[in-house]
Amino acid sequence: MDFESLHYSLDLATGNGLTLSSEQRAALQTSLVILKRNYKFSRVLFWGKILGLKLIKHVLSQINLHHFLSLNSLNCMDWHLLPLATESMIADVALAAQGRFTGDPSHEHTEMRIKGEGDDATEEEVTVKVNEASRLATTVSNIDKDVSVVPRGAFTKSPCGKVQTNRSFGGLDHVEAVKLRNYLHFREPVNLKKKSILEMSHLNPAIDFLDPLSEDVPKGSWCLQLERGSTVCILRSLLWLGLTFFHVPQTPQHGHIYMGDGLLNLDLPFML
Amino acid sequence: MEMTEEAVNNERLQAAARFKAFMIKNSTKTNLNLYDHLVRLLTKVMDERPENAVDVIEDMSRELKGSILPEKQDTLRDSPSSSAALLLAEQQKALFTRAAGDEGDHEEDLVESPLPNVAELAFFFEQAGVDLGREEMQRVFLALKQLVDAQCLLRCRFWGKILGTQGNYLVAEGEFREGEGEEEEGTEQTHEDEEREEEDKDETELVEAADPTPKSTYKPPPPVPKEENHTGVNKYTYFVCQEPGMPWVRLPMVTPTQITVARQIRRFFTGRLDAPVISYPPFPGNETNYLRAQIARISAGTHVSPLGFYQFGEDEGEDDGLRDSYEENPNFEGIHVNEMAESLNLWVHHIQHILTQGRCVWVNVTKKSADDVDEDAEEEEREEEPDELEPEVGPPLLTPVSEDAKMNDTPPWSSMISTNLIPQFSTAVLRSNLWPGSYAYASGRKFGNIYIGWGMKYIGEAYTPTILPPPQNEYPSGPEITEALDPSVEEEQALKAALEEQTAALDETEDLEDEEEDD
Repeated sequence: MDFESLHYSLDLATGNGLTLSSEQRAALQTSLVILKRNYKFSRVLFWGKILGLKLIKHVLSQINLHHFLSLNSLNCMDWHLLPLATESMIADVALAAQGRFTGDPSHEHTEMRIKGEGDDATEEEVTVKVNEASRLATTVSNIDKDVSVVPRGAFTKSPCGKVQTNRSFGGLDHVEAVKLRNYLHFREPVNLKKKSILEMSHLNPAIDFLDPLSEDVPKGSWCLQLERGSTVCILRSLLWLGLTFFHVPQTPQHGHIYMGDGLLNLDLPFML
Repeated sequence: MEMTEEAVNNERLQAAARFKAFMIKNSTKTNLNLYDHLVRLLTKVMDERPENAVDVIEDMSRELKGSILPEKQDTLRDSPSSSAALLLAEQQKALFTRAAGDEGDHEEDLVESPLPNVAELAFFFEQAGVDLGREEMQRVFLALKQLVDAQCLLRCRFWGKILGTQGNYLVAEGEFREGEGEEEEGTEQTHEDEEREEEDKDETELVEAADPTPKSTYKPPPPVPKEENHTGVNKYTYFVCQEPGMPWVRLPMVTPTQITVARQIRRFFTGRLDAPVISYPPFPGNETNYLRAQIARISAGTHVSPLGFYQFGEDEGEDDGLRDSYEENPNFEGIHVNEMAESLNLWVHHIQHILTQGRCVWVNVTKKSADDVDEDAEEEEREEEPDELEPEVGPPLLTPVSEDAKMNDTPPWSSMISTNLIPQFSTAVLRSNLWPGSYAYASGRKFGNIYIGWGMKYIGEAYTPTILPPPQNEYPSGPEITEALDPSVEEEQALKAALEEQTAALDETEDLEDEEEDD
């Protein structure tokens, strides 16, 4: 969520139970202002918090023109840049990293990968080492790819392909806010191209250029609730437990934050 | 002649004035008058200058009359629909009004109140980064007060919040005074048993009429009896509500089978208490019971307190394993926060551990309980595997937390201090890694536990559901169904010959006997 609106949006997204303590919030406000100037960022988002076994890491993502950088910190004051998540890094982390985050940035996870080819019986043992920083970077990028959410209409796409915030977005109204198809994934659309022309006929190309949440598999991996006496619409992901998206209907306020242990919930189909 | 002209003029003027008066008279039906209407019509014609005005004059006149009618609102108005938000707000409004009977109880309230200080709890947990939102906590506080007023509880505590897919549960833990709080015996279970017995009887009757099918040799293990109220797992009573302000629903007592099955399944809560829990092994009960079982497991696993806060009473028995009550230590002086955060020895469990059987105190069921399904080793504390009739023993009450077993190389607890910058006022916080969402804090002489989460344990590896037991072999072997080779032709002829010999021999003997008798 935008750090400018952090002090009131954090209150809205606390359904999960985890928030920042008042000391952390104060530290965050101070350090983010300094950070913004040092790195010359145009927009700063507080991404969330990952609980490790020993320590807790806070993650920020920044948008600087075309770059998308992530920084992390242990105490909300000193921020370190995270490496960019490349595909090979993602593959390595998927193999090597098991169990919880430890919170120690230099901790290394190791995994032995045995390359055998059946009858040939040529087995090579390849040790894959992944350190915590890359694991964090890939987790952040995975979570963003899977579950970052925006309400429909908050962003528009101009005919030449540029995506911008919609300044005249007045928020979803109460009837629309409870329907899952009014929320879209904020990432490269995957399902959109596979749709038939008949299905796309009622979509507005300026607004509906992203995948809606209602098409996620398995169905039911999002839980939509109205909290605080139905004034705030909260979406929680059951795939990445800890991701909370909030939207106040009839206002343009929305945002998402991840507070959890950074583990994918692979048992989701059993749990529904 | 001039006079007549004037007179004529006068008459004309008077006639005109009379006619004008006639025209100005309001119609009784529509309250319009002809004079004004003609004025407006002709003004309109002057302004618009339509073509062929004389042809369209009637239409214009009609339009004009229609446009004069004032726009009234439609008499059918939407009655304001009561949205869900409105209903909730009205219920929550009741939280903020003082009940009528409270006026005279001031003194009693101030002395000893079972109501916990939720605001203080919220403050300390916020230092740790665990919060439900300030207004929400305030509403929870008031809802707890409502609960305490409605039920006579000896002690009450805000246990936490369990999230579900469609709705959440706020859970409060209460302890009744001795002898109170007895609920009606759950007739549900017995009713189900009766139904099942009847069905079995019908089936067996039908079956015996035809060829008897082999009966199943499966004997289900005898059900473990549940623990009494106020002891062991059922020591506290739990109340849940969906939102603060809604009425509190009391959860029933939990049975050991429910706990054992809850250990094997992994499901989200839906938020509706009457939702069925569809799983394998089949869960005996609906969401109410599943919720109660999970609450029991979480309490047993993660409710901790600083060492020394609770102590055993002096008149307890000597057996370590059977101590099940504790009392507050009035001489407890707080342990320093740094020490609390560093060493796990200083935190102890004050809730009894639940054994494999599903109870806190082991009960010897006469037959060996056959566990058909593999159980994942989900226990935190070490146990002795129950042999034929050896009792199950768990760690005694008030064991330190450092003795909890690891799960998959993750230590069971993580501790931290809330702030490094102002150490003299910081709090020590303990986070459970086995039940993510469970937190405990200690600061000086105060401590607290809370759970905010999805109500599921951290397994560490992917969940594998229990496998179905293998089906029974079809028929028990017996002479009627064992296959044998059909006899070949020679054998049949040999048999036939042998039989004929026998009958021939018999006939001879009979003939001989007859002859003898005759003789």
